[in-house]
Amino acid sequence: MEKYTVQDFKSNQEVRWCPGCGDHAVLASIQRALPEVSEALGYSKERYVFVSGIGCSSRLPYYMNTFGFHSIHGRATAISTGIKVANPTLTVWQATGDGDALAIGGNHFIHAIRRNIDINIILFNNRIYGLTKGQYSPTSKLGAITKTSPYGTVEHPFNPGSLVLGAKGTFFARSLDVEIKLSSDIMLRAAKHDGTSVIEMLVNCVIFNDGAHKEISDKEWRADRTIVLQDGERMIFGKNRDKGLVMDGHKLKVVTIGENGVTEDDILVHDSHADNLGLQMMLADMKYPEYPVALGVIRDVKDITYDDAVRDQLAEVEAKAKVHCVDDLLHSGSTWEVE
Amino acid sequence: MQHKVIDVNDVVIRFAGDSGDGMQLTGTLFADTSALLGNQLSTFPDYPAEIRAPHGTISGVSGFQVHIGHTEVTTPGDYCDVLVAMNPAALKANVKWCKPTSTIIIDADTFTEEGLSRAGYKTDDPVSELGIGDRNLVFSPITTLTKESLKDSGMDNKAIIKCKNMFTLGMCCFLFGRPLEFIDKYLERKFAKKPALIAPNKKVLFDGYNYASNIQAIPNTYVVAPADYKKGTYRNITGNQAVAWGLIAASEKSGRHLFCGSYPITPATAILEELAIHKNLGVKTLQAEDEIAGICTAIGASYAGDLAVTTTSGPGLSLKSEALGLAMITELPLVIVDVQRSGPSTGIPTKTEQTDLNQALYGRNGECPIAIVAAHSPSNCFDAAFNAAKLALEHMMPVILLSEGFLGNGSEPWRIPSMKDYPEIKPPIITSCDGPFKPFERDPETFVRKWALPGTKGLEHRVGGLEKNHDGVISSDPQVHEMMVRERAAKVAKVADFIPEQKIIGEKEGDILVVGWGGTFGHLYSAVHTLQLEGKSISLAHFDYINPLPKNTEEVFSGFKKIIVCELNSGHFAAYLRNKFPQFTYYQHNKVQGQPFIVADVVEAIRAIM
Repeated sequence: MEKYTVQDFKSNQEVRWCPGCGDHAVLASIQRALPEVSEALGYSKERYVFVSGIGCSSRLPYYMNTFGFHSIHGRATAISTGIKVANPTLTVWQATGDGDALAIGGNHFIHAIRRNIDINIILFNNRIYGLTKGQYSPTSKLGAITKTSPYGTVEHPFNPGSLVLGAKGTFFARSLDVEIKLSSDIMLRAAKHDGTSVIEMLVNCVIFNDGAHKEISDKEWRADRTIVLQDGERMIFGKNRDKGLVMDGHKLKVVTIGENGVTEDDILVHDSHADNLGLQMMLADMKYPEYPVALGVIRDVKDITYDDAVRDQLAEVEAKAKVHCVDDLLHSGSTWEVE
Repeated sequence: MQHKVIDVNDVVIRFAGDSGDGMQLTGTLFADTSALLGNQLSTFPDYPAEIRAPHGTISGVSGFQVHIGHTEVTTPGDYCDVLVAMNPAALKANVKWCKPTSTIIIDADTFTEEGLSRAGYKTDDPVSELGIGDRNLVFSPITTLTKESLKDSGMDNKAIIKCKNMFTLGMCCFLFGRPLEFIDKYLERKFAKKPALIAPNKKVLFDGYNYASNIQAIPNTYVVAPADYKKGTYRNITGNQAVAWGLIAASEKSGRHLFCGSYPITPATAILEELAIHKNLGVKTLQAEDEIAGICTAIGASYAGDLAVTTTSGPGLSLKSEALGLAMITELPLVIVDVQRSGPSTGIPTKTEQTDLNQALYGRNGECPIAIVAAHSPSNCFDAAFNAAKLALEHMMPVILLSEGFLGNGSEPWRIPSMKDYPEIKPPIITSCDGPFKPFERDPETFVRKWALPGTKGLEHRVGGLEKNHDGVISSDPQVHEMMVRERAAKVAKVADFIPEQKIIGEKEGDILVVGWGGTFGHLYSAVHTLQLEGKSISLAHFDYINPLPKNTEEVFSGFKKIIVCELNSGHFAAYLRNKFPQFTYYQHNKVQGQPFIVADVVEAIRAIM
């Protein structure tokens, strides 16, 4: 098995994202993750296919030295699905944005998740349309002032996590563009997961929505306003590692360890592998300032994948069939002879 | 009354009833029985869009026409010799299709005050109102007789009434001397899981047969002798089934798995359904979340190396337009099957037309010519689909296959071909190359690029909807764009070197050349044949290849004084030909009624232009 380096996955194309764009960091996270993915899963480089739709993030396949397909707006998920069904030995990765995946491509997105086809979707969420120069997106916050909402939007945004979990997604994770190590680790987890993996990457758009996630991502307060979920570990966060999450009735609640008799033992333990959609949905839904925003792998559960089911059914039907070639097929059923 | 047995060359039977009366099944069983007896035949289902329209109304009438013959049968027949009308609405809606000499079998029990009123009769005398007193009317109490036949069956009233169609089928089997064995066997298969229904259905069928033989009301029975078929093994096949099988055949001959991504749409759905059955032959079907996902999953599968197909009808083709452009610019093989129906928008979904030709030719943004193949009969759909797939795979491009509702749902006997008589399909797959791989470098003769499948070491490359140069590097250079536009168009035009020359049915020179394409073949052939028998100087050129046209098209046209283009639209093909060969004058005969041509009308239209 060939050993790969970051360099092996870099194409010779000039990266044309704006200086300071969060997409650069995501690209770096992917290129950093893939040698590790290859080693862990025995993938040779020619098995990778990067698929995208339209938008800034969808330029990504050109920057990867792998097979790639830059398709049309919103349709990357459908194209990825076709690729994976046609050749399940390929490892299919998809770059998409909040507009591409959740507006024009919303239908394909939820149906891929419903089918649980084994693809890895990296959703670059900058809460804005960048390539068309600054219109609001399905994840723009209520009231966001953009070129098409000069008086503020009057639409509620989607939370990609709730959409994925609402469609009974088997894998959902979230990271920040600046957290390259965390992002790479998540990508490895996504690659290992059988089924549709969705990674929401919170990215900055330096031109049209600068500071898109600043209220949680700024170094100054990132530790207090986000929580990195780790399996088997307590949901503790904060600069001083003194805050935690507990269940309060049917809701999550932020508590401080050492106050009001709360001890570390009271804090919830994360388990992404448990089929506990209710809690995982609550974690995915957490918004600042009431809660820290959850990063890391929120849900990672096993279920039959679409591509496996297709393959198994083909084999099963073939084994039982009496018709094995087109000549057999043409002569099947009612026929008659003319002498 | 003296009962006569009449030998006829051909006969047309139309079954009509409420859409829940089982007329499609009755007609299909009658057709299949006739096929087994060796008749030539052609069928035409004419059904409403509603699954169960209001009971007893005109809009709920479902019909199935069968044309059986001793000699060549090329159409489902213009007018019928026998009409079976299961209720007053079916009679009213179909009487216009009856020959003056026809026999009409009517379920008298349905001709109640309520039944007449639901069908919108103005008087209580339907015979006078419809002016059919001179037809041979057979009013039979079919509902009562079916109830009587099954009174000891233990079935409830509703289930008994459902067996009425078997009673009429039995009557028709007597009328045309069809034995009941085939239908008996069918019933045994159909109800294998509900064996309690086998005996009652068989009994009703048998009682219907005996009833028809006992009553004196049916003056004549008909004998349609077996046709003089070429030696071989035959089967019945519908156009949609033939498309599916033709694609599977292309998969076998190319060694590529068949992938079909489709969304259900009338009248194309049966292709997806048929393909879904044949997983044993490696067929993968994906019922997509919408039409766009249908074509996009297919494009993905094509990129990954499958023979990829999407099937649809007009409105679905509209939704697929953008993705079709993507398949064209990425130069990936793809077959798009459009089983045309009446439009625009939802139009009349269950009715046939040829009104998507302009959309197929021009319906995309940018410079985007696409190869178009048309099928001309139900069984020809097999070859048309095979050829469309062969062109797509060998020329690395999307190909639109135009079928029509009339072909897709229609059926005819087909002499089963042997796969050894079909050519191999050789897609330009490469597995290695010297130096860096240039995905859009072309064969200098055919302009075809190479197909490098993901998973092939060393051939990593990117494709996409952006303009690019031969190296696959995106480019907005004006010269590069124009060069690529020209090369992609030239590649499509070059297909003319790989398709057969246009055939002429009749003399190569003469007064009149009738020109058609697609599913009108049977009607145009019959019309031209009729006029040829009268001694007229007339020939037919029926096109299977629309884009590009066969190389000798201009030469074919130049042999005739007048060219008449006949099509089921307002003149799409005529306009296309005018654009390609403006030196000729094109007369037109068009019909946009959601119905096939009527041979007699075509003959008259040609006479008027002669």
